[in-house]
Formats: sequence, C-alpha cells, structure tokens
Amino acid sequence: MMSKINFLKPDKNNLNTFLYLGSFLFFISVLDVFINSFFSLNLTSFLPGFLSFLLPLILGFIGLYFIRIEFSGIKQLDLLNKHINTNNFNAVLSLLIIFVIIKSLPPILSWFVIDASFAGDTKDVCTGSGACWTYIKVWMRRFMYGMYPNAEQWRINLSFIALVLMGSVGYFATDRFKKYLTLYYVVIYPLIAFLFIFFFISGGPVFFDFSYGIIAAILSIILGFFIPAKYKFYYFLIVPLALYITLKYFIFFEEYVELGKLDGLNWVETGAWGGLSLTFIISFFCLIFCFPIGMAFALGRRSNFPLIRYISVGFIEFWRGVPLITVLFMSAVMFPMFLPEDFFIDKLVRAIIAISLFEAAYVAEVIRGGLQALPRGQYEAAKSLGMGYWKMHIFVILPQALKLVIPGIANTFLALVKDTPLIFVVGLLEIVGMLNLAKTNPKWLGFAMEGYVFAAIIFWIICYAMSKYSYNLEQKYKTDR
Amino acid sequence: MNFKLKDIVPQLITVTAVVLVFGFFTYNAQINMENRGIDFGYGFLSQESSFDVQFSLIEYDGSHSYFRAYLVGLLNTILVSVIGIIIATILGVIVGVARLSPNYLINKFAAFYVEFFRNIPLLLQIFFWYFAALRALPLPQDAEAIFGVFYLTIKGLYVPAFIWQNFSVFFYSIVAAIIAIIVIRIHAKKVQENQGKQIPVFLISIGLIFILPLLSFLIGGVGISFEVPVLKQLATTSFIYEGGVSLPPELIALTLSLSLYTATFIAECVRAGIQGVGKGQKEAAASIGLTPNQVLKLVIMPQALRIIIPPTTNQYLNLTKNSSLAAAIAYPDLVLVFAGTALMQTGKAIEIVSITMFTYLTLSISISLLMNWYNKKIAIQEK
Repeated sequence: MMSKINFLKPDKNNLNTFLYLGSFLFFISVLDVFINSFFSLNLTSFLPGFLSFLLPLILGFIGLYFIRIEFSGIKQLDLLNKHINTNNFNAVLSLLIIFVIIKSLPPILSWFVIDASFAGDTKDVCTGSGACWTYIKVWMRRFMYGMYPNAEQWRINLSFIALVLMGSVGYFATDRFKKYLTLYYVVIYPLIAFLFIFFFISGGPVFFDFSYGIIAAILSIILGFFIPAKYKFYYFLIVPLALYITLKYFIFFEEYVELGKLDGLNWVETGAWGGLSLTFIISFFCLIFCFPIGMAFALGRRSNFPLIRYISVGFIEFWRGVPLITVLFMSAVMFPMFLPEDFFIDKLVRAIIAISLFEAAYVAEVIRGGLQALPRGQYEAAKSLGMGYWKMHIFVILPQALKLVIPGIANTFLALVKDTPLIFVVGLLEIVGMLNLAKTNPKWLGFAMEGYVFAAIIFWIICYAMSKYSYNLEQKYKTDR
Repeated sequence: MNFKLKDIVPQLITVTAVVLVFGFFTYNAQINMENRGIDFGYGFLSQESSFDVQFSLIEYDGSHSYFRAYLVGLLNTILVSVIGIIIATILGVIVGVARLSPNYLINKFAAFYVEFFRNIPLLLQIFFWYFAALRALPLPQDAEAIFGVFYLTIKGLYVPAFIWQNFSVFFYSIVAAIIAIIVIRIHAKKVQENQGKQIPVFLISIGLIFILPLLSFLIGGVGISFEVPVLKQLATTSFIYEGGVSLPPELIALTLSLSLYTATFIAECVRAGIQGVGKGQKEAAASIGLTPNQVLKLVIMPQALRIIIPPTTNQYLNLTKNSSLAAAIAYPDLVLVFAGTALMQTGKAIEIVSITMFTYLTLSISISLLMNWYNKKIAIQEK
C-alpha cells in the first residue's frame, strides 16, 4: 500500500521507501569517505571543492533523517535510531565521529604496522615512512633494565618472578591460613621483598645475614606453635626480628660493622638501575612505606590530643600543598645539608623516602575519609566493651575503614605509579628517562615518537589494569555492605 | 585544673620527637654550612642575577635582581596555569556532558578520551608533545598561514598582536558593564521575591556586555589594529617572524598536555555531579511546569554544581602544581628559573627550596581556604 510520500516528513506508511532511500544515501556517504581515506580517490572530484568536501556529510545527514522513523517495528532500526540517531544534532555528531574514525584509521595503521620496520638491528633498515620498531627492539634491554649489566639481568627477572609468586599466595591460601594473610602481607612479604631487592638485585653489602635469618625464622615458627592464638599477631611482629638480632650480635658476637654479602654476586650500584624495572621497584617500596605512615597520620589527625592533631595536620597539608618535583628537589639538594657530614644516603633511597612521605599525605587523607564515614556507634560500641584506643582501632575501626577506602587507596597508588618518571630530578632514569637518553644517542637520532608511543602503551596498560581492578574492588565491597 | 598524666605523656613524647628531629637537622645544617663557608640569609634576593630567561611576561634581563627572576618564574607559572585551567574546564565540561549523551558513539568516544589520557603519566605526555609532536612542525620559512595571520612553526606559534588606543576606556567600559550586570541581578532577585515578576536578566546581561564596549569604540575613542607577524631572514637558512606575539613551543606543549590531562579528571567530576542529581528532581521540576531550560538552570545546575565544584577546584590546584613539570622541557617557570638556575648560581639550597615550596604552599592553602568557605556557603542548610 503506497500512500502519498512527503519527503520532508518520513513516516511509517512508506517505511520501505524511506528505509531503502535512507540506507542507500548513508551507505554512499560512508563509502565515499572510505574510498577517499583508504584508496585516496575522490569520487566527487567533479564537484566544486567545498561541496565535494561536505557532500558525504550532507548525504549521510539526509539518509539518517529518512531512516529516523519511530516505532518502525524493525528491531535493529529502532536500536540504531535510539543509539546514534535520536535527533538532527546527534545524527551530525555520529556522522562526524564515524568519518573521523574512518579517516584516521589508514594513517595510524600504516604508521604502526604497514610502513613500519621491524627487522634488522641498525638504523639503516628504517627507511619507510612508518614507525621504526627496530629502535625499540635494539634498546629494549635498556628500556627495561636501565644501565644494569646485561649479564646480571637474570637477577632482576628472578626477583620479580619470585615476588609475584609470593604475592599471589593470597589467592591460593586455604581458609586455615587465611587469618595469617594480613600478617604475611604487612610484615613478612615486605621484608622478603626488601631483602630480595636490596640484597639480590643490588648484590651490595646489606645489614642482613641469611644464615642467621633462616635460623631465626625456623626457630620462631617452631616456638610459634606454643603461643596462644590471641598473641600470635604480636608474637610474629616482634620475635623473629628480635631473635635474629640476638643470634647475630649477642650469641655469636658478630661485629656491628661487618656487612653480609652473598658470594658470587657483583655489586650493581643503584645509579645503574633503571628502566621499567626501576619504576616497579620504586612504586613497590613507596607503596609499602606510604601506607603505614599515612595510616599513622590519619589517626593522628583524628586524635583527641591537640598537639598530635596539629602536627598531623601540618604534615599532611604541607606535603599536599607542594608539587612532587619540589619535594624531589628538596631530597636532592636540601636534604644532604640536614644530615651529618659523613653520613651518606643513596639517592634511590632518598627518592623513595621523598615519594613515600609525599604519597603518605594523600593516603592519610583517603584513610581519614574512611574513618569519618564509619558511624559513631562503632566507636561507642567498641568503647563500651572496654576496649582501649589501640584495641578499638586495630580490631574494630581500621578493618572496616580500610575496606571502605580501598578504591581511594588504589587511586593514590595509581597516581604514585604515574609520578615515578619524575625521579629524573634526582638523576635516576626509569623508562621515560631512558627514552630521553636513547633519543639523544647520535646513532639513533630522530625516533622520539616511537619511544614515547612505546612507553605510553606500557604505562597505559599498567594504569588501565589498575584502575579497572580498583573499580572491581569498589563494586565488590559495595555489595558487601 | 583537670590535667591527666595519660593525656599529657603521648603529646609530650610526640612533640619532643619532632623537636629533636628538627633540632638535629638544624644543627647539622649549621655545621655543614659552616664547613662549606655558606652563610644563611635571604639577602641574595636583591643581588644582580646575571642570567637570562627566554620567555618572560615582565621586563627582565641579567641586570635585574634575583627577586625579579623569582617574579618572572612565578608569573610564567601563573600564566600556564590560567590558560591550562580555562582550556581544561571547557574541554572537561564538554567531555563530561558527552559522557552522559544517549548517543552511543559520542558516549564511547568521550569514554575513550578519558581513559586514554588519564592513564598515561603527565610527564610522558609533555615529552611527547614537546619532543615528538611539535618537532614535526615546519620550519618558519615553510610554514603556511592559518587564516592568513597565524603561523604554527617549530619555533612556536605566531599570532597577531592587538594594538590598542585608549585601552583604559575600553577596560573601564567592561568593568562598568560587569557592575551594571551585578546590580541588575540583585535588583531582579529582589523584584522576583517581592512581586513574583521575572526580569530577563540573561538577555540584558548579554546586551550590556556587548553594547557598553561597543559604545567605547564608537564614542570613547578606542581603536584597535592588528600587528601581523612577518617572516624575516636573519641569515641564509635562518628565518624568524617579527611582530605579533610569539608563543614558545614549550608553552604550547605544556598547556596542551596539562589541559588534555586535567580535562579528563574534570570530565569525571562533571559527570559525577550531573549523575548525582536525582532523576526525581528533574521529573518533579518538569511536573510543576518549568520549561526544560528552567529545569536546567533552577533545579539541576545548582545541585550539580554543589557536587562538581569542590573536586574541580582540587583539579585546578593539581594543574597548578603539575605545571612545575615545566622544568623538564625548559619552560621557564618558578621551579626552573628559581629552584633551577638561581639555585645553581647562588648555591643557597635551603633558602631557595624553602621559598619555592612556600610559594606553592601559599597558593594551595589560600585556594583550599577559599574552597572551604565556598563549601560552607553552598552547603544544604538543613532545618
């Protein structure tokens, strides 16, 4: 049944006519842009330049106007209209976005893949107009490990693999061991990680001796079976370290100045560390340190003692008020002035201290938010049970508050990872710093773009994964409450 | 008196610890400075700086004092922050609104933008724009004019300069327009409260802000002319543009990356703010007969702004602090000029770092005080 067609007003009676006409026009407009973009052919070159340029937009617009028929009865068409074609304005925007995507695909593809060079290991192979991934390939080790000697890089790999494996213990722990997980992650895991990095990766002298450490660990675990469950947390917090110190300095009378060193490992000074592995090392340590410091200041800011409160507020507001780069400047040029003359602190350690203090202030504010969000009844209930300040916080307040602020903490850590490139101020070169170094190499001039794109992809993957994970955690704990 | 030992002891211990740490630092600093023959003091600020700064808003060269160098750096920091904040706000609001669009493509496009720029470190973005993207621009002699007067080259962006006659008259006309608008707004509010009549304030405001400056052109003797940049040959292969205003590539790279990065966060604030206004509010407002524009202006916006403004101010603060990354690409901001060059020359580490930090601290704390005041003002007054 055909009724009178009014082209200014598409209606349901002539659904098929409008549908075919509209789809055809829309298809033509997309095809025109597509051919123009992928084969550099201008189908409408016979028209004046201005009109030829705008024609796809006009055709597409008319096409979308024709197929904008409400309640057409065709499911796909209704969905399409609802999503990209609700009114004239939206239709134009949708067309523009479609055109931009079609237009930008060929140059991006050709730069990334088609015209890019992958083979070879000298600059000469990079003659095409595309990216020179050979450059990344050749410099890969430097971007990952900095100036760390090639022959020793297995130490970094091994440490990271070990740390990841040990970190994933939480996922496999049975219910019986779940209660020890907090202790494991808060005390034991950071300690082991610390040893791995400053002992194994550095290979330098450290204040730790493995033989006594292992004896102390075994002894304290055996003794631990006789400790009532109530005190186990405090026990494992204090005893292993105390045992170690007793064994080393009081039973076997090691000299204080004698430093432990693993045989057969070369010392690699921290100045040679770099690349992505340094990003991970710094993020990891700052993460470990800024959390307890931040927690202490968050509690301090909500303390009933005015002096403690003022000091905490001063600390938090100071670090939050200054940019990280000036903090690093301070750690580089001002901090050495504040220490005794013969007292030397490694610049990596200084950077880690500076970033940890800086991020701790942000962590403190996040945790304070969680503490404030808890209902007063929780505090009162804990007090009415006769709990003291510490007992109340450790067993009642903090577990709930920390659960609340997990997304906030994750965001702070995300910011921390994104802030690590700033350590160029103290002369340490993580991946972005190595890129800047590599692009000034006379043999490899002119590949800045490839390097930055490469680093951007790496950082993007890390940060995106982290933000998605924190979002998932947020959703998970939302339903819990 | 109600002193309790239990209350005093922890505080005393903390304070003693803090005092001890500070005392230890001060003592060491004194000894170190004595050994190195450095004396402590801020007198160097009035000495001649004898270094040049590439880009400066006020007149400056090596013969000026260190204090003036400090001012140059501070003004450059403020310049880049203000431009960045303006662009980031415009972009952020557009993207934030686009994130809520029912149009699938626009929505995803905005989401892609936010996720893309927010998850790449700012420093990397600055480097990318400065060392990779802007380096691909043409040399001055090869540059093609944009709209006939702008030149985007590897040495920076050249734009025409305004040359004003009787600028003060023009300026006063704008001030007068703003004052008139404020007076009319107050009056209109009063009229509406007393008589229920609505005065079209918005139209009147638009009219005023155009008509008064226009009048200043017609009868106030204000004139305006453009100075267009012109290519000039220095040597056989060296060209520059003369005349007009030149924006150095450092400034362009910095504002571009700062605003693209911060806009993603502002977009999220805007989205959260608009989503935070309950759907019922919109429906209720519509059901009592408000027009869509009135719903937006009188119901949605006031409530959304209450949610949007605090985190957005925080983002402005972050942008200002992040502008210190300028030091990495040699844009002469506070950190580069003062904590960099001036520190190297004088060796006054403690004084200079403390002044720099104090400046940022003053900026942050004054803005957060303003924030708190504003928050209190707009908070819902529950009865």
